[in-house]
Amino acid sequence: MAQTLKTTPLHELHISLGAKMVEFAGYDMPVQYPLGVMKEHLHTREKAGLFDVSHMGQAVIVADTHEAAAKGLETLVPGEIQKLGIGRQRLTVLLNGSGGILDDLMVSRPDADGRLNIVVNGACKEDDYAYLDEHLPAGVKLERFDNRGLLALQGPMASAVLAKHAPEAAEIKFMRFAEMQIGDITAVVTRGGYTGEDGFEISTWADDTQKLAKLLLDDDRVEPVGLGARDSLRLEAGMCLYGHDLNPEISPVEGNIAFTIGKRRREEGGFPGAVRILHELADGPSRLRVGILPAGRAPAREGAEIQSTDGSVIGIVTSGGFGPSVGGPVAMGYVSTEHATTGTDIQLIVRGKALPARIADMPFTPHRYFRG
Amino acid sequence: MTDLYTKDHEWVRAEGDLYVVGISAHAAEQLGDVVFVELPEAGKTFTKGDDMAVVESVKAASDVYAPISGEIVEVNAAVVAEPAKINEDAMGAAWFVKIKPSNASEIDALMDEAAYKEFAENS
Repeated sequence: MAQTLKTTPLHELHISLGAKMVEFAGYDMPVQYPLGVMKEHLHTREKAGLFDVSHMGQAVIVADTHEAAAKGLETLVPGEIQKLGIGRQRLTVLLNGSGGILDDLMVSRPDADGRLNIVVNGACKEDDYAYLDEHLPAGVKLERFDNRGLLALQGPMASAVLAKHAPEAAEIKFMRFAEMQIGDITAVVTRGGYTGEDGFEISTWADDTQKLAKLLLDDDRVEPVGLGARDSLRLEAGMCLYGHDLNPEISPVEGNIAFTIGKRRREEGGFPGAVRILHELADGPSRLRVGILPAGRAPAREGAEIQSTDGSVIGIVTSGGFGPSVGGPVAMGYVSTEHATTGTDIQLIVRGKALPARIADMPFTPHRYFRG
Repeated sequence: MTDLYTKDHEWVRAEGDLYVVGISAHAAEQLGDVVFVELPEAGKTFTKGDDMAVVESVKAASDVYAPISGEIVEVNAAVVAEPAKINEDAMGAAWFVKIKPSNASEIDALMDEAAYKEFAENS
């Protein structure tokens, strides 16, 4: 089994740090380190956590001009890419012909030329690349960056930690990025992440990723954090995990990420599934992703049925568990829109029992981004 | 006081004519930080192997099975109130239930500590 799994540039480091390894997205990845999921989660919210996210797909879309690259990508995503500024990053979604989400991805524009960097989910990357190769218009090409590693440094002390090696990192604002030297390592540093905390995602050549990880872990404020806490952090932050909270049936309007649909795109359409998505924007979707707070102590996990208080089925939990910072169970899922109002009483079916819960606003823990 | 074990990582310890049941320190370590426990009500009866309790860590829920058949006589409310006790003292303060056995011969099928240790290391 193990020999069929791919490894990231940090594999040896994970082992030497005593990580418990699991299969994720075809990679042998750390689910937790000796600190454990709970403490790794809390440490990230209090100080800084270092995550290996090298399994994610880094690639570049290339054309002769920015306009050509942006227009090409816009045929497959609903985001405003043409007006994306240099040094800016944006979340958008790759859509299928019926407006369902094939993946959520970050798009960033490094320069005035015809390049657009993308970061896609590890579990989706092969399918995404094949889809892009097939559907990008002539003159717009995809090039993979399989020889790059990606680290996330997240938490209120992330900026101070990184600024020790690269002072200019502290000045970058949320969803912007810059190339810089961290020690003697050349890196592309983006402010953002998947925890709701201030922090960075740092892309380097794969040969440098382990060296950078060790440099950052040398700081007492930084602990390595595995996929277990990555999941509980993003759940508390109200963020979607592709394949669970988003899938090819779900549109960005239903997924409650309509902010990924640009203003101009709402007027012009011209993206896959535009008819459905524009209709949902105008008239409301039939189901919506919502936050859910169980009233008791029992977590409700993915797959738990959601009922109205009269016992009729109104939806399903897509992510759920215990929120270490919330100090209790948290969940998200889809309910029919008439039940989606915050504060609505619902019940969750856990091990055959109906547990009281209510629809709640997300995030469950406030986002703390650096907006300058 | 001899601890006996199941292949599902429960421990069983005789106390008068009752048996105290919990999950092993090895199981607690594998689970990680326990955040929720659901125990059966006193008076319920179980057949060996039935789903008897649930322990949940941040990441996942795990079933705990009845190690022997019998009636639940006492339930440890303290571990329900403070599930983290399972990570601190799985073999002591974090016991789950006390069972009045209905088939005492089932005890003979359980592993002793040495056998369990070997089993746990190889599982």
